[in-house]
Amino acid sequence: MAVTPSAEPLRPLRPPRKRRVNESLRTWRWTDRIAFVLCWASGLSLCLIAAAIVVYMAVKGLQFLSFDVIFSRPLPSADQQGSGGFWDAIVGTVLLTIIGIAIATPIAVATAIWVVEYGRPSWLARAVESGIEIVAGTPDIVIAIFGLALFQQGIFAPLSFTAQGGAVFGRSFLTAGAMMSLIALPMVFGATREGLQSVPAHVREASYGLGKTKIATIRRVLLPSVKPNISTGAALGMGRIAGDTAIVVVLLGATLRIDPEGSVPGVGLLRGTGGTLTSYVYNNSPAGEGNAPQKAYAAAFVLLLVVIALNFAVDAIAKRGAKTGLESTRLGA
Amino acid sequence: MIEETEQTEETTPVTDDAPLAPMGPGLPPPVRRIVVDAPPTVAHATAVNHGVRSAKEQAAGPVRMTLEALSVFYGTKQAVKEVSLPIRQGEVLALIGPSGCGKTTLLRTLNRLTELTATARREGTIALDEQDIDQLEVTELRRRVAMVFQQPNPFPMSIFDNVAYALREQAMKRPGKSVVEPLVVDALQRAGLYDEVRDDLDRPALRLSGGQQQRLCIARAIATRPEVLLMDEPCSALDPRSTAVIEALIGDLRRDLAIVIVTHNLQQAYRVGDHVAFMYLGDLVEYGPTEQVFGEPRAQRTRDYIGGAFG
Repeated sequence: MAVTPSAEPLRPLRPPRKRRVNESLRTWRWTDRIAFVLCWASGLSLCLIAAAIVVYMAVKGLQFLSFDVIFSRPLPSADQQGSGGFWDAIVGTVLLTIIGIAIATPIAVATAIWVVEYGRPSWLARAVESGIEIVAGTPDIVIAIFGLALFQQGIFAPLSFTAQGGAVFGRSFLTAGAMMSLIALPMVFGATREGLQSVPAHVREASYGLGKTKIATIRRVLLPSVKPNISTGAALGMGRIAGDTAIVVVLLGATLRIDPEGSVPGVGLLRGTGGTLTSYVYNNSPAGEGNAPQKAYAAAFVLLLVVIALNFAVDAIAKRGAKTGLESTRLGA
Repeated sequence: MIEETEQTEETTPVTDDAPLAPMGPGLPPPVRRIVVDAPPTVAHATAVNHGVRSAKEQAAGPVRMTLEALSVFYGTKQAVKEVSLPIRQGEVLALIGPSGCGKTTLLRTLNRLTELTATARREGTIALDEQDIDQLEVTELRRRVAMVFQQPNPFPMSIFDNVAYALREQAMKRPGKSVVEPLVVDALQRAGLYDEVRDDLDRPALRLSGGQQQRLCIARAIATRPEVLLMDEPCSALDPRSTAVIEALIGDLRRDLAIVIVTHNLQQAYRVGDHVAFMYLGDLVEYGPTEQVFGEPRAQRTRDYIGGAFG
């Protein structure tokens, strides 16, 4: 259909309206108005709650937070002046998080690769996914009790302390870390699986088309593509581990000080019991034995900072991945 | 609505030594006007200008691949029906046809990529240098019959590594950079990309423009010195300027390779193809030199398709 260009430009029939008629909230239906207000209100109130937590913990925590309280070891003393700080709890948190994520990441990534890239027979792949969902949905206290029952078996004696008479204690950084990995595993698995599923099929075919085997494709093409996803999942999982209390209480002993077991330096530390910031907060809160709320607030504030930092790390990794990874072409494709 | 024509005319036996059409490419092919509920009439349509042929006459080399009665099934559906074709070195074979006619399936069968689809099944033989491709190791076959895809798909690594990835054998010991570097540079040069990326071979390949990415994919594919290069609509995701660059590149590359290109773009098939194969619903309807297929097609179906009666 040919359009003949007119000699003079078309003139609007009336001057354009500056504002659309229906733009005002007044003209909306009542239900829409209520929903609109509720959406705003819920978003804002969540912001307020988050801010309230951070501000409250900051105010309470910063009062008592000092260089001394962070870097001095807890001491057994009824007097608050003499009971030291929570350096051991910080070390315990870091150590437990590292052990947990170091166990969880390889297993989760390998499982995700199997499910997405192999996944035959399909009923088995579905079973694996359901299994991980069950682990993800299991309360941490249940995982902790299960872990205690498991690691008190004689076969796991090298992982922890054996009392006189041969009773295996079952509580150590290694056993707690092993069960903590179950907390982080679904996060890493989910993120890796999403990443693998969003790699377009033609990228895999391009690698096969160059005469590469499946395993070479996975190692050299797919794993680099999903590296940002793995990092995101790992950071999320670390946040979960750092914030978990039940497993620390049941499987790590939730002691105030880290007690190495045996005389070998590194191994003794791993086989020994200890505590984390979460158990320190619990023990020192009015609910616990210490009844030193000032120190509990200070430790809680440090823990909050650690978890918030991990969350920002997740965002940063995701943004960097979007810039350099396959994400950029995925959007374009 | 397209009337069925007699089957005898459509399934003209495929011969590649058919005499060249007396009609030149200047004369447009007759086109049926399609009128609903009216008998088809053949009339000379308006001239369809397919552009300038860029492919210059060149003596065709030896036959690299031979397809014998090749059929591909997806489940019970037959996607490619008993196709027999020669693929010669030094020429570009353009596969044309409407969507879903089996041309991409045919292309992917040539380096056994269809085997990745669980339901796909193949009958008939494909020979590469007179050797059945089923007797070759699939990784070796794919190194000798390389493929370029519709979407530019560099891997998330540096430009250098993208090409080196194709070169490195899957041996226990990977060849070092000193061995691989000249080969990478050579491949990038042949793909016409080296001058643009000479200084940033270590940059991520995904930062390149779409056309550059596709030329990188071509460099990656030709790095192992394959005998046949398969291209699945290599320009359909690119702008006209990048398309022109790639078409010129195809013209250069065909000296050393046999190239099979699938395209939806008739003008492109006309510009770059030395031979054209027209497929319809899995059948190879017509195969011949480009001038003949575009100038004097033998089958009515080809006439209609080339004239633009359906697509």
